[in-house]
Amino acid sequence: MLKISWKIFLFLLLAFVSIAGIAFPIVENPHAWYEFPLIPGLEENAKIIFFHVPTAWLTVVAFLVSTVYSFKYLRTKNLDDDAKAYSSTQLGMVFCILATVTGAVWAKFAWGSFWSWDPRQTSIFALLLIYGALFALRSSIESEDKRATLSAVYSLIAFVTVPFFIFIMPRIMKGLHPGSADDTNAGPVVNFKMNGSMQLIFFLSLIGFTILYFWMWRLSYKTIIYRDKLDKKLIRG
Amino acid sequence: MKSKSYSLFLKDFHSELRTRYAINSLAMFIIVAISVIMFAVGQEKVSEGLTGGLFWVVIFFTAMSGLSRAFVSEEERGTALTLQLLSAPSTVFSGKLIFNIILVFCMNTVIALLYSALFETFIIRNFALFFISFVLGNFGLAISSTIIAAIIAKAGAKGTLYPVLSFPILLPLILTSVQLTLFALDGTSIEQAKYELAIVVSYDVIMLTVSYMLFDFIWKD
Repeated sequence: MLKISWKIFLFLLLAFVSIAGIAFPIVENPHAWYEFPLIPGLEENAKIIFFHVPTAWLTVVAFLVSTVYSFKYLRTKNLDDDAKAYSSTQLGMVFCILATVTGAVWAKFAWGSFWSWDPRQTSIFALLLIYGALFALRSSIESEDKRATLSAVYSLIAFVTVPFFIFIMPRIMKGLHPGSADDTNAGPVVNFKMNGSMQLIFFLSLIGFTILYFWMWRLSYKTIIYRDKLDKKLIRG
Repeated sequence: MKSKSYSLFLKDFHSELRTRYAINSLAMFIIVAISVIMFAVGQEKVSEGLTGGLFWVVIFFTAMSGLSRAFVSEEERGTALTLQLLSAPSTVFSGKLIFNIILVFCMNTVIALLYSALFETFIIRNFALFFISFVLGNFGLAISSTIIAAIIAKAGAKGTLYPVLSFPILLPLILTSVQLTLFALDGTSIEQAKYELAIVVSYDVIMLTVSYMLFDFIWKD
C-alpha cells in the first residue's frame, strides 16, 4: 500500500509542477498565489528554470552517487555496487543530455545563441564527455571484474576534476550564468528575484525530480542485478 | 644504492633508446601536426590568441599519440606480470611517471621552439610566466596521461580510447594552460596570473595523489 501511495504522490507532485511551471501566468505585480513575478531580462523564459535546474542538479547527483558506489566497489569488490554505479551513470547521462538541451534552448532565447562556451556550458560539456568516456571504456572490456574495477577507477579520477569545472572555472572565466565572476545584476536568481510561489514550485520541482531519479535508479540497478543472477543461473544450469 | 623506480626508469630509457619507437613517432607527429596547421593557415596572419590555443592543440594530440606506450608496451611484450612480481605498484608508477615526464618535457620544448620559429605572432613577452606555466602544465599532462595509459593498457590497449578517456581529465589543465599561455604572450605579470597558476598547481597535486592512490587497483588484478 505504501509503495503505491508514494508513487501516486510522485505522479501528482510532478503533474502539479509541470502544469504550474508551464501554465501559471507571469505578471508585473503578482497578487494571487499562482502568479509569478516578471524578472527583467528573463520574462517568459523564466519558466524553463523549473525543468532546467532540476536536470542539471540530477546530473551532478547521479555522478556523485555513481562515484560513491564506485568507491564502495573498490573496497568491497561486490559486483552489486558496480551495478548501482553503472545504472546511476546511465541515468546521469540522460539527465545530462536533458540539461544540455534545455540549457541550449534557454540560451537561444536569453543570450541569443544556442551555445556560447559560458563556463557552466563548458562544465556540462565536460560532464557529458566524462559520461561518454565511461561508456566507451565499459563497452571495450569483456571481463566483468576488470570492467568494474577500471570504470570505478576512471570515475574516481574524473570525479576529482569536477570541482575545477563546477567551482573554479565559472569564477575565473567570463560567464553569462548568474553567479559568474563578472555578473553585475546581483547574484543568483533563486534568492532575490523569485517570489514565494515561484520558489515553492522551484523547490517542489527539485524534490519531485530527485525522488524520480532515486526511483528510476532503484529500478534500473535491480534490473541489472537480477539479470546478472539469472544469467549465472542459466549458465550453471 | 639506486632506488627501484629509478632502475625501472633506466630500463624503459634503455629499451626506448634501442627501439626509438616513442621518440620517432612523437617527433614525426609534431612535424605532421604543425605542418597541417601551417597548410590550413596558408598566407593568413594568425592572431596571437589563436597561436596560444593551437600550441596546446598540438601538445595534446602529440601527447595522445605517444604517451600510452609506457604501459601498453609492457602488456604487449607480456612483461607486466614480471613487473608485478618484482616491485610494488607505486614503484612501477613512479618509474613510468619519470619516463613520461622526461618525454613530455622533450616533446613540448621542441614544439615551443618550432612554434616560436614558425609563427610570427608567437612572441613570448613574459618569459618567466611562460616557463612556470609550461613546467607546471607539463607535469600535469604527464601525470594524467600516465594514469590513463595504465587504464588503457589493462583495457586491452585500445588506441582510439586513449584520447577519449584523457580529454575530459585534461580539460581543466588545458583550459587554464591556454589562458596562461595567452597571458605570457600578452606580457601579463605573474602577480595577475596567480589564480590560474594556483589552479594548475592544485590540479597537479590532486592528480598526483589520486593517481598514486588508485594505481594499486589498476595494477593488481
